[in-house]
Amino acid sequence: MSTPVTTDSPSVPARPAGPVRSTPRLRGPRRPHSAGRPKRSVLLTVLTSLVVLYTVVPLIWLVINATKTQAGLADSSGLWFSDDFALWSNIRDTFTYDDGVFTRWLLNTLLYVVLGAGGATFLAVLGGYALAKFDFPGKRGIFAVVIGAVAVPGTALAVPTFLMFSKMGLTDTPWAVIIPSLVSPFGLYLMWVFATEAIPTELLEAARIDGAGEARTFFTVALPLLSPGIVTVLLFTTVATWNNYFLPLIMLKDSDWYPLTLGLSVWNSQAETIGGDVIFNLVITGSLLTIVPLIAAFLLLQKYWQSGLAAGSVKE
Amino acid sequence: MRRKTSRLLRGIALLSTLALGATACGGSEDGSDQKAVSASDVQAALKKGGTVTVWAWEPTLKSVAADFEKKYPKVKINLVSERSGDKHYTALSNAISAEKGVPDVAQVEYFALGQYALTKGLTDLAPYGADKLASKYSPGPWNAVTEDKAVYGLPMDAGPMALYYNKKVFDKHKVAVPTTWDEYVEAARKLHKADPKVYIANDAGDAGFTTSMLWQAGSRPYQVDGTNVKVDFADAGAKKYTATWQKLIDEKLLAPINGWTDDWYKGLGDGTIATLASGAWMPANFVTGVPNASGDWRAAPMPAWTKGDKASAENGGSSLALPALGKNKELAYAFVDYANAGDGVQARVKQGAFPATTAELQDPEFQSTKFDYFGGQEANKIFADSAANVADDWSYLPFQQYANSIFNDTVGKAYVSGTTLEQGLKAWQDASVKYGNEQGFTVEK
Repeated sequence: MSTPVTTDSPSVPARPAGPVRSTPRLRGPRRPHSAGRPKRSVLLTVLTSLVVLYTVVPLIWLVINATKTQAGLADSSGLWFSDDFALWSNIRDTFTYDDGVFTRWLLNTLLYVVLGAGGATFLAVLGGYALAKFDFPGKRGIFAVVIGAVAVPGTALAVPTFLMFSKMGLTDTPWAVIIPSLVSPFGLYLMWVFATEAIPTELLEAARIDGAGEARTFFTVALPLLSPGIVTVLLFTTVATWNNYFLPLIMLKDSDWYPLTLGLSVWNSQAETIGGDVIFNLVITGSLLTIVPLIAAFLLLQKYWQSGLAAGSVKE
Repeated sequence: MRRKTSRLLRGIALLSTLALGATACGGSEDGSDQKAVSASDVQAALKKGGTVTVWAWEPTLKSVAADFEKKYPKVKINLVSERSGDKHYTALSNAISAEKGVPDVAQVEYFALGQYALTKGLTDLAPYGADKLASKYSPGPWNAVTEDKAVYGLPMDAGPMALYYNKKVFDKHKVAVPTTWDEYVEAARKLHKADPKVYIANDAGDAGFTTSMLWQAGSRPYQVDGTNVKVDFADAGAKKYTATWQKLIDEKLLAPINGWTDDWYKGLGDGTIATLASGAWMPANFVTGVPNASGDWRAAPMPAWTKGDKASAENGGSSLALPALGKNKELAYAFVDYANAGDGVQARVKQGAFPATTAELQDPEFQSTKFDYFGGQEANKIFADSAANVADDWSYLPFQQYANSIFNDTVGKAYVSGTTLEQGLKAWQDASVKYGNEQGFTVEK
């Protein structure tokens, strides 16, 4: 059995027992006789297709069902169009229903994203840079705290945060959503790792020798080098803030300050309310409209964050 | 009645409410110590003006608030939150335990009133003159808002039960509309045999529905006297209910669809769900939620447990209450009185709300309203009859909200596994007793 297996022999079992090659290759002529049905890749293809279906079907469902009226939704199958094509009137109704409150929620979400996600990114960049490039006592402790903070789910902190904000009299104000959003342990960690790799310490030393102050070194030397990382963190925090549901849910009562997630859930729960107006068609259309800006952000920032994700993975 | 969400949060909220009851009693003393508020006090407050914050999801309140502001230009009604159910109670309990941001008026469903009343979270409205309103309301709702001499809210709407049925489906399969629960089981078999896609009803385990069915069957599982509580699901009424409903479960004649979901609305529309035993508020939900089945459905009296018996029960319904920590009490009371006992009632009934007031229920114009959705049927006659036949000795637990939250873990098992409804109710009883005792109630079985 220890004889090296000759791969062109048709009588050889498909799975050779024992080590075969000393130099691994990326793709070897392991089973040429089965070239017509590459067993592994069929499985892989099937699995990948399943994953693709799993990801794409809800999206397709969303697009298709956004074209239906409330009656059409009940009458037709979920994955095909109904006779009525109501996408445009649905979009119009979404923006006009209840005195155009959807627009208000959209602006609120933008506000939370700009201040919350933007602020979180800014703080993560500052902190990550400092932790990566400066030595100071307690650095290891901070590292432990940050790693620990990544592991704590935001949900677990929600109730204590609520009580704290309630004491400060900040509940039911936009600040109750913005301030907790400013903290992003994961973003900080990412910036820290990224800054360690992306900014050569020699460059900083050179800048200092040339007489640049810390602020100037940071803004003119470090910041441009960090931009792929910044975009990545920005994207993460933006998605997190855009989709945030639980925090606004417990913090806000006044629907004038709701973000889209909460607003749509309120619309959805009208169907659970005695005498409530059932508007599943507007909930679906509203959800579609809600993900459009996120998709746009991903497409526009794609090239930055892809390079950002890979940075630091290979030692050059 | 509602999907269960964020059980954890609700548990926390409930705990904090109950804890508050123990610590914050000082905030509002017993009803006896409260000094009477005369009508002229209320009038003076209305002249002076101010803002009343109302937390309610009832859609018709919007126009009532506008009317009220027009009548009393110095008063501003700040109507907040379309949130309903669990989320509403979570927010309310949170505000009460934080002692901040408590609304002046809150919508509280009848089943949840006891919890807030017992923890002194609500203002007794009797000193404001609410105790003289008893004759205005039908017995079910009035009993739900009162305890001894205290009045913890004014009934806003009522849910006397009726049987809604899909006439198209019954006609197609030539099945008679059941008038007793035995006939109901028979009809369930016939319909499902004629078309395996058709189920007599949907039921995947719903606390609100089950308690209403027990109520109609004459069972009185909950006896409440202050903090002394009795939970017992073994009386004759409960046996009647479990025996009948167990047949439907065993023979798989119930569609396993949760109420209030999109599947549910779909099933009501396409004939999968042939009947619905529910409150009189349901027509409004039919109109907006199941528009495609307009004309197919009709209302009928609830099937009886013994032929000719007219006993009915309430399902759902809510009150407007004044949280003890709210401000502007006189103004708040004026608004609640206007919305639930005054001109507001007519305005709300015109928009499809179902009244809890006898004057409106007996109004010939109300009774002869033709429902286009029900093929022109004068359904309010059936509903008004039902309202008059609701037994008024039902009580919910002072921790019904918690009890309902564990319904699916106990009774709900009967719908999916080998346990029976009776065993499920027993498990629900045990869990309720245990929880009640832990919370400082004296609970016996």
